Amino acid sequence: MLLIPCPWCGPRSEHEFGFGGEPAVRPQSSASDTEWADYLYMRTNPKGRNTELWCHSAGCGQWFVMERDTVTHAIHTTREMGA
Amino acid sequence: MTGTRLGSGGRIDRGQVIPFRWGDTVLQGFAGDTLASALLANGVRVVGRSFKYHRPRGIFAAGVEEPNAIVDVRIGDRHDANARASLVTLQHGIVARPIAGWPSVTRDAFAALDLLQRFLPAGFYYKTFMRPSWSRYEANIRRMAGLGRASHQPDMRQFETRNIQIDVLVVGAGPAGLAAARAAAASGRSVMLVDENPDFGGSLLWQDGTIDDRPAADWAAATTAELAAQGVTLLPATTAFGYYDHNTLGLMERRATAAPGWALDRLWCVTAGKVVLATGSLERPLVFPHNDRPGVMSAAAVLRYLRQYAVLVGRSVVITTNNDSAYATAAALRLAGAEVAVADVRTAPGQAAKDATALGVSVIPGSVVTDTGGRLGVRWADIGPADATSKKAATRRVSCSIVACSGGWTPVVHLFSQSGGKLRWDAAASAFLPGIGRQDHQLSGGMNGVTSLAECLASGHRAGIAASGATMLAAPRAEPAAVETPLQPFWFVRIPGARQWLDLQNDVTVKDVGLAARENFQSVEHLKRYTTLGMATDQGKTSNVNGIAVMAELTGRGIAETGTTTFRPPYAPVSLGGLAGSRHGLLYSPRRELPAHGEHLALGADMREYGGWMRPACYPRLDETTAAAIRREASAVRADAGLFDGSSLGKIEVCGPDAAAFLNLMYYNNVENLKPGRLRYVLLLREAGTVYDDGVIARLAADRYLLSPSSSHTAGVLAMLEQWRQTEYPAMHVAFHDVTAAWATFVVCGPRVRDIMASLAAEIDLSDAALPHMALADGHVLGVPARIARVSFTGERSYEVSVPAGYGPALWRHLLAQGPTPYGIESLSVLRAEKGYILIGTDTDGLTMPADLDMSGPLRAKKVDFVGRRSLTTPDGVRADRRQFVGLLPQDPNFVPPVGTHAVDASRKSLGWITTSAYSPTVGRSIALAMISGGRARIGDVVELFDRGRVSQAKVCAPVFHDPAGEKLHG
Ligand SMILES: [Zn+2]
Repeated sequence: MLLIPCPWCGPRSEHEFGFGGEPAVRPQSSASDTEWADYLYMRTNPKGRNTELWCHSAGCGQWFVMERDTVTHAIHTTREMGA
Repeated sequence: MTGTRLGSGGRIDRGQVIPFRWGDTVLQGFAGDTLASALLANGVRVVGRSFKYHRPRGIFAAGVEEPNAIVDVRIGDRHDANARASLVTLQHGIVARPIAGWPSVTRDAFAALDLLQRFLPAGFYYKTFMRPSWSRYEANIRRMAGLGRASHQPDMRQFETRNIQIDVLVVGAGPAGLAAARAAAASGRSVMLVDENPDFGGSLLWQDGTIDDRPAADWAAATTAELAAQGVTLLPATTAFGYYDHNTLGLMERRATAAPGWALDRLWCVTAGKVVLATGSLERPLVFPHNDRPGVMSAAAVLRYLRQYAVLVGRSVVITTNNDSAYATAAALRLAGAEVAVADVRTAPGQAAKDATALGVSVIPGSVVTDTGGRLGVRWADIGPADATSKKAATRRVSCSIVACSGGWTPVVHLFSQSGGKLRWDAAASAFLPGIGRQDHQLSGGMNGVTSLAECLASGHRAGIAASGATMLAAPRAEPAAVETPLQPFWFVRIPGARQWLDLQNDVTVKDVGLAARENFQSVEHLKRYTTLGMATDQGKTSNVNGIAVMAELTGRGIAETGTTTFRPPYAPVSLGGLAGSRHGLLYSPRRELPAHGEHLALGADMREYGGWMRPACYPRLDETTAAAIRREASAVRADAGLFDGSSLGKIEVCGPDAAAFLNLMYYNNVENLKPGRLRYVLLLREAGTVYDDGVIARLAADRYLLSPSSSHTAGVLAMLEQWRQTEYPAMHVAFHDVTAAWATFVVCGPRVRDIMASLAAEIDLSDAALPHMALADGHVLGVPARIARVSFTGERSYEVSVPAGYGPALWRHLLAQGPTPYGIESLSVLRAEKGYILIGTDTDGLTMPADLDMSGPLRAKKVDFVGRRSLTTPDGVRADRRQFVGLLPQDPNFVPPVGTHAVDASRKSLGWITTSAYSPTVGRSIALAMISGGRARIGDVVELFDRGRVSQAKVCAPVFHDPAGEKLHG
């Protein structure tokens, strides 16, 4: 079980968090079908260090950014949105 | 009768006699016994039948690794269908019986299977029972093989869960673990020490040794008392079964007593700053022909039964070994008066053998047991040269009741491996040892390849210091170990065709591994699955290394190259009830009740769960069927008036200067131009353009909206709004608040609704000019603050009256007294189907887009981007053959085609399916709603319906069966 350092609440149990996947930049509505499909469905899903969105849903309710290793599950950093 | 209890010695209390049942007999043991030691003390040899061949089996080991003694144990109303006898603490009221063997373990009707062993090689089931299908044979095979029978009664055991964080968690309370906990406790940090046995001390409880000038067992007791005094959390009889990410471990505690109302069994989820693994090692068997008879035991277990439980398992014992550790057993047995012969595969066994010989033990160097005999237990053993290739090579036959074996020691690296650590084969130790670890832990003692007592204490002490930063403490000291003669790897006897068991629980022999090797199932993962080696409930604790070594030899590879399987939780079986804890029944998920719950019960409502809410399905009268009640209620709404509890409908307040702009970016429909006091039916899409939810949005003021998502989506909609506000539009000033539980909401509808509303003395103008359809107003009814909205889910003129939740029951009673018919959600479902109003998640699925519902108007009118907009114009979004929402009129007006019935084309290819169907009392016939490929173009066509072989016809129509012009809304 992961111990996740919420930027607002400190280390809390994984049970309290929701996973939001890799962040994707939302294209303009003028985007091509391909660009839009990439945004909707394509993720890098790397083996190793990855940047993800998480939400402390059963805590402060805040979304934040987490850098995590998908192999070792080590958590490198967490930071507020936009920080 | 072979096993006997000695008159003195052991850690049992002879003053406390404990009677217990074993099958049909009543036996006696003492406090301090396990079920296994008590059975052995009573001379019981056969405790079960083997899984595949139904051969008689006896107790092999003394701990968690026991492969044979899996028994059914009842204590009062507690039942464990697959208990390991060696882990069951003997207590009053135990009723135990073997789980296999019919009619009894000593006379097993299926024993003839053993005669067919030649025809039952590894993979036999895969190869034989494939045609026509495995499912034809499965039930019978399972009946014959099976483990314990689960009870059909509810599990009366209670479980609870504890979550805890601790600085240092020490797993294992043998010499290394005790030394580690002692050192860590000196640091002042919080420390927890767990061990699967009821008493701390591990091997100190049954092996020789002196620590700090005290007998080892006394040192263990004193150290345990010291740790308790220092506030260390001590958890005996607790198995650490899983090592998960971030130093989280799962522990299952089995308590003998608990305060009233508290559970005996507790699951501990422990997150530790540092973990010390001191999990020790398990003796592995030396493999030889017919090594599965009752009476073949682990040499270390024989010693433990003798020392800890004062049970002499036999008076005449043959020991077969490849290492020095078995000589401790030989010496102890000899001192207890047994005749002992040792077959040692090493040609020069060294000092340990000399010491044993001096005690009168007969040592035969360079030899091994080449065969055993005895139908229900060992009666003799043949001893022959270690390189024997034929049973005829045996040089002597020894009468004996026990063959004790030792093939070396297997470090318990399971938790280390589960934590992500890599293992390496160490040829000198002849064992898989921890390699590179991944988590924050210290390794110590036997699990890390340490063998002597002195080194175990020292390595435990070092681990405790490293895990806690403790200083200024002297390590416990024991005399240095005598010089050992190295172990000589010996994996099986080279007698072709001899039956030599590797996995006793799953009946896997050397021959089976040979077959796997010949058929090219040579990787350890294939070996395991093909032969089932190590896949029984003991997870191969005594068999894995031997099996891998045999495969390595047969394929001419090294053991390191052959490799090992990955260990996964649980280390030992964990009951499902234990994992669930108290999360079952009413505590499984919160069950929400309506404010007027009691009123519905008083009316005899059929209460059911809908999306977490307990809601009336309908209100059947005495002797009325559900179907009849639904027809009566639905008809009353159309003909007279109805009353419905809509309190579970979601209510989310959205406020802030950017509320209008934000909601306009979220919803499919334009909500910015909505006037205060007005309502609009809206859709919320996912980014993929599919419909996530529908609902009604009300504008309360310029900067304030009230959303009514569907009952089961309220939390999801709220979470979605929050996610978009935080991650996509962080600059917008808008906030959300779920006020669902604050309001009781009742819907009054039908032709007579205005009379009923008049009775409310509403200080709200209810005229159609002031409050038209899709409008709302605040004020008072019956002197209570209220909000009245005109919105309809039935197609009838409808008023939604909301009051603070506490006034709900009183308002319900008042409204009911005006004579409307209360109707439930099932009746509403018929009414909304008659009108073709969709129910999200029922009529729609994860692929449905607004245009499929014929709701493409808002897309043309709306200018701003909103969630999912771009997806609506992708090639998939504009496909001509998309499934569209239509109505169906079955040709047979009395036949209601079930939901899920497919509409098919001439070639029986599916065009889509029915999503809602009902008998409509209003129309007087069956009706259905469906999602049909290109459905709107098929209106007027007749399609074929197909459901589980039944074929019928229906006419495609627009999805509305009653009042298509919507005049009743205003009637
Ligand atoms: Zn937080």
